[in-house]
Amino acid sequence: MTDNITVTVNGKQHTATADDRLTLADFLREKLRLTGTHLGCEHGVCGACTIIVDGSAVRSCLMLARQADGAELETVEGLAEGGKLNRLQQAFKDNYALQCGFCTPGFLMSVTAALREGPVRDEDEARDVLSGNICRCTGYQGLVDAVLETSKEMHS
Amino acid sequence: MKPGRFTYHAPRSLDAALALLAEHGDEAKVLAGGQSLVPMLNFRLAQVDHLVDINRIGPEFAGPKVTGDTVTIPALVRQRVLERSAEVAAVLPVFAAALPQVAHPQIRNRGTVCGSCAHADPAAELPTVMSVVDSTFRIASARGTREVDAADFFQFHLTTALEPDELLTEVAIRVPQPGTRMAFKEFATRRGDFALVAVAASATVDESGTVTACRIAAAGVAPTPQRLHDAEAVVIGSTVDDEAIAAAEAAASAAVDPTGDIHATAEHRRRLTAVLVRRALAEIKGDQS
Repeated sequence: MTDNITVTVNGKQHTATADDRLTLADFLREKLRLTGTHLGCEHGVCGACTIIVDGSAVRSCLMLARQADGAELETVEGLAEGGKLNRLQQAFKDNYALQCGFCTPGFLMSVTAALREGPVRDEDEARDVLSGNICRCTGYQGLVDAVLETSKEMHS
Repeated sequence: MKPGRFTYHAPRSLDAALALLAEHGDEAKVLAGGQSLVPMLNFRLAQVDHLVDINRIGPEFAGPKVTGDTVTIPALVRQRVLERSAEVAAVLPVFAAALPQVAHPQIRNRGTVCGSCAHADPAAELPTVMSVVDSTFRIASARGTREVDAADFFQFHLTTALEPDELLTEVAIRVPQPGTRMAFKEFATRRGDFALVAVAASATVDESGTVTACRIAAAGVAPTPQRLHDAEAVVIGSTVDDEAIAAAEAAASAAVDPTGDIHATAEHRRRLTAVLVRRALAEIKGDQS
């Protein structure tokens, strides 16, 4: 079956058709052409497809589009402010927290959700926040530094 | 990969969900948090004709309830919600100890407590905790309701007492007696991975510090959470002194017969069981002083 669903993505409402078996990640990419959300493993392990649904970071490959009907979504496309990198994106750049960039949208959304919940105080907490996303290019030290730097700016 | 073809249903009440399960039974699967089922659908390890999404059956299923001597966890309580419930932590702190070790926040934001129990992965944390607390699994179908305890609910690898037309509507847990202490310990190779072995323990001590009741269960060593009755027996009547802990460790090691796989050998799992029993009991002991 196919049905229309309506979602709000980064403040803008969209209505489009979704097959029963279409995942939310594929809905964003194929129906709304919001291709910033990346799909790596498609079984909830790599975290590349992480978006924010009604305030919580979730795997968009593990949700069906039909389940998101009526939901408020935030994706990586919504992070930049007036065409400029936001604080977290800038910290990723400054700290070399990415290399090829494939995993970056998922990391950014996971960290965005975590920093809204409160400060990330030390490396151990930062690694916990990052543990649900996998980067296969580089190490995680740059990511840890970016998270700690942004947390300090936001929460001090 | 992408899931195979199915018909998606989003019933708006428990009765509507049960009616769908009654109609489609064997060809249907319940979708709650989807953190285990959807990966299996995406891999096509599971193929279903009908998916009954219970996420819209009602807000009364979304929050844990503490009433009198019972904590009730209805079908849509997300793992993250239970993890952060101060009300539950006040009477059953073991959940706040165990849940941060369940996968990652992104998974716990969606994954439900009842869903993890109904999925019944042998290495999962929540079924192990449910095996040491006094838990009752409340099951509904169009035929009526029934209650099952943890020992009968978890039957085999990914297999529970649930019939195809049944839904786990809630887990009810009796608030432990005063003087009860619990601990949860696991070993995983990476943060958020399934445990190679996990151990949950509960001990009730009287005023003299003597243990009057004890339950210990291990995950990752058998097709279901395994109660370690011999280890419990040596703790009961003791003061959880070093001698009792050593005896429990030996009894745990003797009681399990794990299978080796790509992640860990059988001997490694057996050793981990003993070490984690020791650590859990040491934590319980530490709380006493």
